[in-house]
Amino acid sequence: MNSLILSVGARFLTGLFLLFSLFVLLRGHNSPGGGFIGGLIGAAGFVLYSFAAGVEDARRALRVDPRAIGVWGMAIAVLSGLASALAGLDPFTGLWLILADLALSTVLVFDIGVYLAVFGAILTLVFALEETV
Amino acid sequence: MSWVLALPILIPFVTAVLAFLLRGSRMGDLASVAGAVVSLAAAVLLVAVVLDRGVVAGQVGGWQAPYGITLVADHLSAAMVLITAIIGLAVAVWSLAEIGPESSRLGYHALFQSLLGGVTGAFLTGDLFNLYVWFEVLLISSFGLLVIGGRKQAIDGAVKYVTLNLIATVLFLAGAGLLYGATGTLNMADLRGAVAASPDQGLMTLIAMMLMVAFGMKAAVFPLFFWLPASYHTPHYAVSAVFAGLLTKVGVYALMRVFTLIFVGDIGYTHEILLWVSLLTMLTGVLGAAAQSDFRKILSFHIISQIGYMVLGLALMTPLAVMGAVFYLLHHIIVKTNLFLIAGVSRRLTGSSDLYAIGGLYRSAPLLAALFIIPAFSLAGFPPLSGFWAKFVIVRASLDLGEWLVAGVALLVGLLTIFSMTKIWAEAFWKAHPEGRQPALADLPPSARWQMMVPIIALAVMTVAIGAFPSAFLDFATKGAEQLLDPAAYVAAVLGEARR
Repeated sequence: MNSLILSVGARFLTGLFLLFSLFVLLRGHNSPGGGFIGGLIGAAGFVLYSFAAGVEDARRALRVDPRAIGVWGMAIAVLSGLASALAGLDPFTGLWLILADLALSTVLVFDIGVYLAVFGAILTLVFALEETV
Repeated sequence: MSWVLALPILIPFVTAVLAFLLRGSRMGDLASVAGAVVSLAAAVLLVAVVLDRGVVAGQVGGWQAPYGITLVADHLSAAMVLITAIIGLAVAVWSLAEIGPESSRLGYHALFQSLLGGVTGAFLTGDLFNLYVWFEVLLISSFGLLVIGGRKQAIDGAVKYVTLNLIATVLFLAGAGLLYGATGTLNMADLRGAVAASPDQGLMTLIAMMLMVAFGMKAAVFPLFFWLPASYHTPHYAVSAVFAGLLTKVGVYALMRVFTLIFVGDIGYTHEILLWVSLLTMLTGVLGAAAQSDFRKILSFHIISQIGYMVLGLALMTPLAVMGAVFYLLHHIIVKTNLFLIAGVSRRLTGSSDLYAIGGLYRSAPLLAALFIIPAFSLAGFPPLSGFWAKFVIVRASLDLGEWLVAGVALLVGLLTIFSMTKIWAEAFWKAHPEGRQPALADLPPSARWQMMVPIIALAVMTVAIGAFPSAFLDFATKGAEQLLDPAAYVAAVLGEARR
């Protein structure tokens, strides 16, 4: 697609999309948001970029094969669920590490895994579709 | 307890990750087979636990029901998980001979294992929204598997498949949303009480119908089956074998679960519709098959007609009929997968799946012919094979109710099934190959011969074993039907744990 407005706009918007997707991912524990919707928003950023600059450029900007991102996301999500076995709890039970004001948990790790899985899967599909159409 | 229930779901996903990371090398293929073996072990463990203790439930994440996601296994769920693992292993081994390095590199094994994980999740979940999530997992993996063959025809089939399944999924989601709005819960055991207590029974019946249409489309019942014959004959044979065995059965399972556990308030209405739907499904499926001349297309239409028998068992809603439906479900998965695998070998040997362009298999590959006879006659309901007992129970149940028309249709469809099977037999096996080829199993490289024939033989042995010693399996199905028709134990296992 040859549109000056789109291609200039996409450069700013892609970054904004990614930033916003991380924001949505991190606020997701207690408020609306989370890994799934964050992954979708992040993927939307790269989809927009691929519309503006072409799939080839979008792939180069992403640097990593989206399929690999998706699979590693799945691996992280599954592993975070398995971690509770070590503590003798039910699968996917959240384990917490509280450092003063900062609360870290396997729940967040799971959400990051979901984020990457969704992000990778959507981009795999969209890039493949754009390349064949 | 939760881990016994979670492992059959987790193992396929771990395997998928490993298979993807090792894709393209022989290790990736082997990882898939090894994962399938571990899945089978986990499924056997689950069945052992269920046989020992009855219905077992676990809560994911330690959040108690009805707030967290519940995993439940009764006899039906446990048996479905076991059979999924068996089919998964059989097809994983068979795939080694069919799936080339190109499809492997694209991630065939990872998608295959995700599909198995999704199917297992759907069988084990006790939460309606979670069931929706598993349906999505299934849909995405199966879309990938359909396309991975890469030919234009495959994409055409995949688009039809995905579009129609998406409509079903949206309908399911809308129904689940309405249900949550009306009752405030989506835990299936909790819903049983909540739906019965709802002041607005008309709305409950409406939601029941939305779910019936959604699951019916997944199960490929009349008149929503047309996506199935449009897509099942296009992908790799291994893919269509696992689809034929498992995918539509997830829809049937969901129908059986929801219409015995949750929506039993207006059986005269909902189950009457199911009854007519099942009869028309049986008839249209078998008549559709009679008009086909492609090996896989005939088999695809027969999936539809057989789905009719299972829904019929559910629609009649007597202990004997539901037992028949459970038994039918288990027997059918083994038989149907095996027939598709045999179709794959026949295609490999003769070079085509068009029945008029092939032949000569009986003379040159007698072992394959013998192995075809077993599932084909079982499908048609010949004694003493497994299909005979399945049909016998269903017909007996309809005669007990005095439903002569239903019993007549069931028997007629069995007869027409024989017609299609003998057509395949006469064209592919009996007549000489039109080009004078002598397709023999010895033409296959030795490794491919083992990889293809061992799963087929194993599944055929299971079909014969179920037919020869039906009482153990019928007892199991009876117990499963009792739990379905009187879900007190199911509800107690899920909600009782919450009050522990």
